[in-house]
Amino acid sequence: MVTGQGRIGRAVRVWLPIGFFLVVALFPFYWMAITSIKPNAELYNKNVMPLMVHAPTLKHYVDLLTQSSFLLWTWNTMLVAVVATAISLVLGTMLAYPLARMRFAGASLIAMTIAAIYLVPQPLLFIPLADVINRLNLGNTLTSVILTYPTMLVPFCAWLLLGYFKTIPKELEEAARIDGASRLQTMWTIFLPLCTPGFISAGIFAFTLSQNEFLYALIFLTKSSVRTVPVGVIAELIRGDVFYWGQLMAGALLGSIPVALIYSFFVEHYVAGLTAGSVKA
Amino acid sequence: MTIASERLPVLTHAARRRAPLSVLLDRQSVFSWLMMALPLAFLAALVGYPFFYGILLSLEDRPVAHAGTFVGLKNFVTDLHDAVFWRVAINTFVYTGVATLLKMVGGLGLALAMNQHFRMKNLVRALLLLPFIVPTVLSTVAWLWMLDPAFSVVNRLLVALGWPKPGPSWLGDPTLAMVSIIIINTWRGLPFYGITLLAGLQTVPSELYEAASIDGAGGWARFRFITLPLLRPIILIVTLFSVIFTFADFQLVYVLTHGGPANATQLFATYAFDIAMGAGQLGLGASVALAMLPALALLIVALTIYLRRE
Repeated sequence: MVTGQGRIGRAVRVWLPIGFFLVVALFPFYWMAITSIKPNAELYNKNVMPLMVHAPTLKHYVDLLTQSSFLLWTWNTMLVAVVATAISLVLGTMLAYPLARMRFAGASLIAMTIAAIYLVPQPLLFIPLADVINRLNLGNTLTSVILTYPTMLVPFCAWLLLGYFKTIPKELEEAARIDGASRLQTMWTIFLPLCTPGFISAGIFAFTLSQNEFLYALIFLTKSSVRTVPVGVIAELIRGDVFYWGQLMAGALLGSIPVALIYSFFVEHYVAGLTAGSVKA
Repeated sequence: MTIASERLPVLTHAARRRAPLSVLLDRQSVFSWLMMALPLAFLAALVGYPFFYGILLSLEDRPVAHAGTFVGLKNFVTDLHDAVFWRVAINTFVYTGVATLLKMVGGLGLALAMNQHFRMKNLVRALLLLPFIVPTVLSTVAWLWMLDPAFSVVNRLLVALGWPKPGPSWLGDPTLAMVSIIIINTWRGLPFYGITLLAGLQTVPSELYEAASIDGAGGWARFRFITLPLLRPIILIVTLFSVIFTFADFQLVYVLTHGGPANATQLFATYAFDIAMGAGQLGLGASVALAMLPALALLIVALTIYLRRE
């Protein structure tokens, strides 16, 4: 392994590729940020050096928050993401616990079905689902997405939690059983409190996936007042050939912040879940 | 060891003294199925039913807001005689194939670069994952602006570096539009490959490399005969996952090109959307979406079996 290179050679070997990846990964966000604080005079002037801001302004943010329903979309997005995540964690646990701990006929069939459902992409289901949502009269309600997001999140949470549950030693539960606790008591009071890290991982993923979802929201939510951020930004901030890029980038940046914040707090859990081998890419 | 506790006499006596219902509830199978009933019913109603209903729709002439009439395989025959459908099929395979290859190779490069010792590694890893966690639609809008026909920053940089004005028409030219969506899909998905493969690399015991070095293996030989074989299962899983969701991609293309110019970037998902939601032909749209099924089913079955074996 020792090739006799000096410290400089080592630094180059580390930071040249890492620097390249960092610049490519982060440039679009940098561009988002500086576009959102440039005045229009600068944005649409080809004689100004584009990589810097010369006269920063918050006008685009003010316009975004006062002239569009962005705050309402943010509220909708959060509400949907939180409720869908909570539902998915509960239902996911109800699937994962028996699969991780009980022996019963059909267990492996159920496990395989859940894995397969997790892998079914939305474009395969959106047309029949749109018809179902219409017939249930749920079009343009947040309930439509709160109900449909868990179709992808439940199998995902179940799969991730199943993996986590299996790593918890059984001895404590066995002791509780010997002491006469019922299966439900054992699960609720002994087992689940041990699984907080697993719930955090699954919860962050489910939350991020909810924030990211676009297709169902695009189809089911066509009124401005019920839209989520991604759909609102695409459907209402892109207006023909009017110059709107400042507002659009302000919206994209603000819309990314909740996910980025949560992610930065729990990045270790996120990476742990990611490398547990199962996330939609 | 797992079922030892069930056989303990103490427990059996305790169980016998309880009321019959709680004894029944204590049985593993009864408890399990009761516990799973609600989520399974949920999935059956909102995944199982729509899935089969979609198959039924694809066999119907079904304008939106009208009753459908059964037409057999007519929609699929229409698809097969539709030049755009074949274009869509080719686009989807090219998009999936090239983007997957780029993500795999780039991700491996990223993982190898990250697998060295340096400061602030956790911060770097967190930053590199940003493209993957930020909502796709929002980052894609940033790319739309970066490739804007009049004010593209990419082109302004290229021109500054000596490229003839006005620079490439990224989203206006059919070939370049395909190149663009592939690059942006790669930009978003590469960190996922990179970080997952990095986790795999960190499990490779360093003794193996040391032993190989003593035996005179060079850097390439160590990579080829130690790293790659040990990473193979992870590469396989990550790739299968990524292929499934790239194959059925919708958001990125919808935002960037809407499938244009002239269907050059139209994929199965966006084409099905146009037919079903744009033209209001639910039946025909469902048949286009279902055209993804054979390829997807193959991948899903392969991955499911592999995951079960793990």
